[in-house]
Amino acid sequence: MASFQGMKINPSRYHKSQLKFYFFLFPMTLFVALPIIFIISHAFKPSNELFAYPPKFFVRMPTFDNFRDLFFLASESGIPFSRYLFNSLLVTTIGVFLSVLITSLAAYSLSKLKFKGKKTLFEINNLALMFVPIAVTIPRYLTISRIGLIDNYMVLVLPLIAMPVGLFLVKQFIDQTPNELIESAKIDGASEMQIFLKIIIPIVAPALATVGILSFQLIWNDTIGSTLYVNDESLKTLAFYFSTLAARTGNTVAGQGIMAAASLISFLPNIIIFIFLQGKVMNTMAHSGIK
Amino acid sequence: MIKRMNHPAWFFTPYVVLFTTFIIIPVVIAIVLSFTYFNTIQTPTIIGLRNYIELLTRDEVFMQYVLPNTFKFAFIVGPVGYFMSFILAWMLSQIPHKHRTVLAIILYSPSMTAGIAMGVIWTVLFSGDSTGYLNSLLLNIGLIEEPIQFLTSPDYLMTIMIIVSLWGSMGVGFLAMLAGILNIDPTLYEAAYVDGLRNRWQEIFYITIPSMKPQMLFGAVMAVVGTFQVGAIGVQLSGANPTPQYAGQLLVNHIEDFGFIRYLMGYASAISVVLLILIYSISKATWSLFGERD
Repeated sequence: MASFQGMKINPSRYHKSQLKFYFFLFPMTLFVALPIIFIISHAFKPSNELFAYPPKFFVRMPTFDNFRDLFFLASESGIPFSRYLFNSLLVTTIGVFLSVLITSLAAYSLSKLKFKGKKTLFEINNLALMFVPIAVTIPRYLTISRIGLIDNYMVLVLPLIAMPVGLFLVKQFIDQTPNELIESAKIDGASEMQIFLKIIIPIVAPALATVGILSFQLIWNDTIGSTLYVNDESLKTLAFYFSTLAARTGNTVAGQGIMAAASLISFLPNIIIFIFLQGKVMNTMAHSGIK
Repeated sequence: MIKRMNHPAWFFTPYVVLFTTFIIIPVVIAIVLSFTYFNTIQTPTIIGLRNYIELLTRDEVFMQYVLPNTFKFAFIVGPVGYFMSFILAWMLSQIPHKHRTVLAIILYSPSMTAGIAMGVIWTVLFSGDSTGYLNSLLLNIGLIEEPIQFLTSPDYLMTIMIIVSLWGSMGVGFLAMLAGILNIDPTLYEAAYVDGLRNRWQEIFYITIPSMKPQMLFGAVMAVVGTFQVGAIGVQLSGANPTPQYAGQLLVNHIEDFGFIRYLMGYASAISVVLLILIYSISKATWSLFGERD
């Protein structure tokens, strides 16, 4: 169809008709990228550059001093840096896996199965999504201490697994899967769980990857769990440790460098996970048999 | 075993259990607390609607600053951020895969700068003395003679909050919309052009948007919820709660102010309930705009 002039979604190669998009996208991306470049550059500045006048955006003499100071500060406080890191990694891995699994299971039932109270559950879920997290902090603490989960490793994960946003997102995607696909699998004798595992999961992989990213960010960056639900310092996470840095270092010169290094370390895993999963997010479903 | 898992309970039970324990019960407790006086130490005492009456009739800060600020912030950041997300996703979907990937990662990256990173970047860039980047730049090109107290001056705080939020508005809604656009069946466009579709605008309104309604709805609800639940930013930028002369005080800061600084948890809960009602009604309106009526 040579005369077709319309939308070329997901084009396979560059064409000069796309130039207009680049013309808009490049300045936008640059504007967005500047602060990010700044985080990276700032973390490697020696102290005389951190406070230079006039300030320098890019680092001139990159050094690892800030990182060294950061690790040193942690070991000084009794708990090694690696302990916080280990806690964060463990908690986040378990949390993301469970969150994606449990949320998508529920989304399938809300989208394609019939049961009493289905509409109500979805409605309540969306209502919960709109309630500010800050307002439930104290009531949630009261609930958790009543169940006896205080100082339990799992308390860093459990409250964050059920993600109303995730349920909403995955359900929206499953809604778009044609029922014929499910019907024909049923005729072939598949159970609902088999359909979910073999058909639905591959089809909604982009949505699952998105939920994975969200849940990663939520758990990795969470400080409330470590602040309120565990008292044992050796169970606390990296995000919590970073959140206490300002108070630990005060407004000292070394403190500024440590903060800059910490902000890079707290930001990096998020972007690495995103780069790792984005292929799935932006993957088209063209080959997955829908539509 | 998996072969016999047909009952819906297999699917929703784990979610419902966790959801009820950690979200529903705390939310219900918060709603109940909103009818009490609770200083977080003594047992709450029921005082009926007094918190709400106080909030709506006596709380001058709430009426004069918090509410107008929240609306101004949400009605700028929400729609502009949403529109930008859609346009950028739409454009990204029309460039080759590799370039799209790189640009999308960069555009999404601000949503990942939580907590500490956020504070470090913006407080340094907008710092009030001449070592602040923006001040230094403006001094250099001679636009200003004295450094401006960007973060502590009530005149600038709100504007900076809006810019910073827009900078970070390509979040999960943006990702969903991008996936949504990429999922549209290309033959739909060809068929529409054969049937007499004439230009890109018609294409967007008759094919693109209708084909990705679920993602458009998701993005819209996220924009509403996201912008009304923002709170950390003003406090992080100015380094104080309340923000200078309440210039950047949003509903969430008001909740924190009463709940965690003055320890009036009952009153803070009442503000949260009002916020919930606000978000709920605006989301409902959005829903009727984009929602599928089936």
